Amino acid sequence: NVVLQLLLLLSLLVSPFSSWWSHVEMGPPDPIMGVTEAFKRDTNSKKMNLGVGAYRDDNGKPYVLSCVRKAEAMIASKKMDKEYLPIGGLADFTRAAAELSLGENSEAFKSGRYVTVQGISGTGSLRIGANFLQRFFKGSRDVYLPKPSWANHTSIFRDAGMQPQAYRYYDPKTCSLDFSGAMDDISKIPEKSIILLHACAHNPTGVDPRQEQWKELAATVKKRNLLVYFDMAYQGFASGDINRDAWAVRYFIDQGINIILSQSFAKNMGLYGERAGAFTVICSDADEAKRVESQLKILIRPMYSNPPANGARIASLILNTPELRKEWLTEVKSMADRIISMRTQLVSNLKKEGSSRNWQHITDQIGMFCFTGLKPEQVERLTKEFSVYMTKDGRISVAGVTSGNVGYLAHAIHQVTK
Amino acid sequence: MIANDNSLNHEYLPILGLPEFRANASRIALGDDSPAIKEKRVGGVQSLGGTGALRIGAEFLRRWYNGNNNTATPVYVSAPSWENHNSVFMDAGFKDIRTYHYWDAAKRGLDLQGLLNDMEQAPEFSIFILHACAHNPTGTDPTPEQWKQIAAIMKRRSLFPFFDSAYQGFASGSLDKDAWAVRFFVSEGFELFCAQSFSKNFGLYNERVGNLTVVGKDADNVQRVLSQMEKIVRTTWSNPPSQGARIVATTLSSPQLFDEWKGNVKTMADRVLLMRSELRSRLEALGTPGTWNHITEQIGMFSFTGLNPKQVEYLVKEKHIYLMASGRINMCGLTTKNLDYVAKSIHEAVTKIQ
Repeated sequence: NVVLQLLLLLSLLVSPFSSWWSHVEMGPPDPIMGVTEAFKRDTNSKKMNLGVGAYRDDNGKPYVLSCVRKAEAMIASKKMDKEYLPIGGLADFTRAAAELSLGENSEAFKSGRYVTVQGISGTGSLRIGANFLQRFFKGSRDVYLPKPSWANHTSIFRDAGMQPQAYRYYDPKTCSLDFSGAMDDISKIPEKSIILLHACAHNPTGVDPRQEQWKELAATVKKRNLLVYFDMAYQGFASGDINRDAWAVRYFIDQGINIILSQSFAKNMGLYGERAGAFTVICSDADEAKRVESQLKILIRPMYSNPPANGARIASLILNTPELRKEWLTEVKSMADRIISMRTQLVSNLKKEGSSRNWQHITDQIGMFCFTGLKPEQVERLTKEFSVYMTKDGRISVAGVTSGNVGYLAHAIHQVTK
Repeated sequence: MIANDNSLNHEYLPILGLPEFRANASRIALGDDSPAIKEKRVGGVQSLGGTGALRIGAEFLRRWYNGNNNTATPVYVSAPSWENHNSVFMDAGFKDIRTYHYWDAAKRGLDLQGLLNDMEQAPEFSIFILHACAHNPTGTDPTPEQWKQIAAIMKRRSLFPFFDSAYQGFASGSLDKDAWAVRFFVSEGFELFCAQSFSKNFGLYNERVGNLTVVGKDADNVQRVLSQMEKIVRTTWSNPPSQGARIVATTLSSPQLFDEWKGNVKTMADRVLLMRSELRSRLEALGTPGTWNHITEQIGMFSFTGLNPKQVEYLVKEKHIYLMASGRINMCGLTTKNLDYVAKSIHEAVTKIQ
């Protein structure tokens, strides 16, 4: 009896029920999160967070666009209900998103030979597209990404069951586009593969092809019979002009390339947490578009059923209300202009510091991010000695630079590079 | 409150969502005095509605449950169930999706013996999708005694409980009553997932507010699970929409708003209960063939009327009453203004068409 009790006691101590999850590894910390965490812990009053991928005003604060506040007030006053959106999203929003990217005079837009579904900002739109390719693309599983690209591109395509590959893009020696390398690699991509291109404001390098280079790229992908997937997360935010930033997308379509496209309104409308985005497929005709749409819905339904309304309603109101649209274009231009001005000031301050290095790439590059050319050891010194935080690859978010701290930044960069 | 708070902006939420929302949402499911919460072995992933929570849970299970990337683990869905359950698990990569007996059409109730048999026969470690309350589409829930039997078999056979809780509060009018099954399983020591939706009980449908509650053996396991779920979220939607989560978090953490909400939920549930009793009494008064007590015995938004596809077709085509071919009706579509018409139409359908 005592023996039995002892055995019982033992069996309770060595519990037969261990967790299902004992073998689950701790996921690696997100590299960019790590930068922000360290920044938060830093007590230096001069500290700068240049890892942040969100726009900041000249006081370093998040900026809620005035047209967004107006749209929100209009929505609140209409006392709209909260009924489910259709699976493909808010029609007024998706139509306006397509018109914004394709252009109102676009033949593809006017003929209706496209389908646009609402997606969960850029990531969600990319993922819908990736899943769609996995299920319906008859060519290869290979998706060619520029080297480097946004890190999440690789993860998204991989999780969707596709195979990420790379083509040369950034030349670290010149901090600009390795055009001949890119053309060389792209011309060798097997036919019926998929190639991803950043429509404007390449993330993370800020290096965009010039128009003549885009023309050559278009000719090459056409010749290689590649499916072109554009990621446009910064329309308007790059040059300040929405038409200029969409030029490559529209040119490709004009050349008869039926692209697929992912759009985000996180940055250009400051709608980050509202998750407003769209995924578009240019089709042969309206009938094909309807069939593609039906399949997209079948992909979306088991993912999250239907998309969130708030961000789409705001974006739709802005795009479809003339006064709000005008105001938005002005605000987007002012955000882009502030970034461009910070680039200019950074370079002139570096010169003032006495730096003899060539910093032209800082003003040549475009968009939120800048690949400074700094090496990991220099980045580490910037962080340790000056409390300037950025990712190891030397990428800075120019959005984190203000007229108040650009001088300090220039000073710090000069110290670690002289 | 949120609209007037100028300190709020539209910045990204963390990948796993708004912390105040996640904690409050899990607390609603598991109870204020949940030992699991006290022992810090509960985690939450803010998701796009109940669907999103199911999908994240399914994707995680496919990668990490019962081995690594074991797509062969059987997933059991009730017969019938919400059709999307199948698609969610299929698209997450599971290859073997099966049904378990649930609805007994003859007696219009739960086929408990069939259900228990299926669990007895299921391969060890199989995943079972359980409706926490207000089963969709049948409206038929196990009683507490029946839940105890279900839990006993699942424990003995090492089956994984994945709860789908889309109607907490909305079914009986009581949050605690509707969460009884989930809390019982937790008290029995199960590790489980619970996909929560705030679409119906908060009426936040298009804001896409959901939470995947994870209950683990200890804090360390839960942390590792969440870190891997974070990776899954990152490639699906990066981070969740903020508006709906703020509304729920604000409501749940304010005693006044929380009480008001509970009152609102009871009002909604009571209206559904009223429609049930009114429909049943009209059908019985008309002498409509068959028995109609299942209409008041079933619970939640839906009722499995027992109408066959031909009768359904009659209702749709001749009477402009739209319902599912399965005979499922959404009780919420009934109002005091249309009860008479619907009851008469059902009477016609049943008497004219066999």
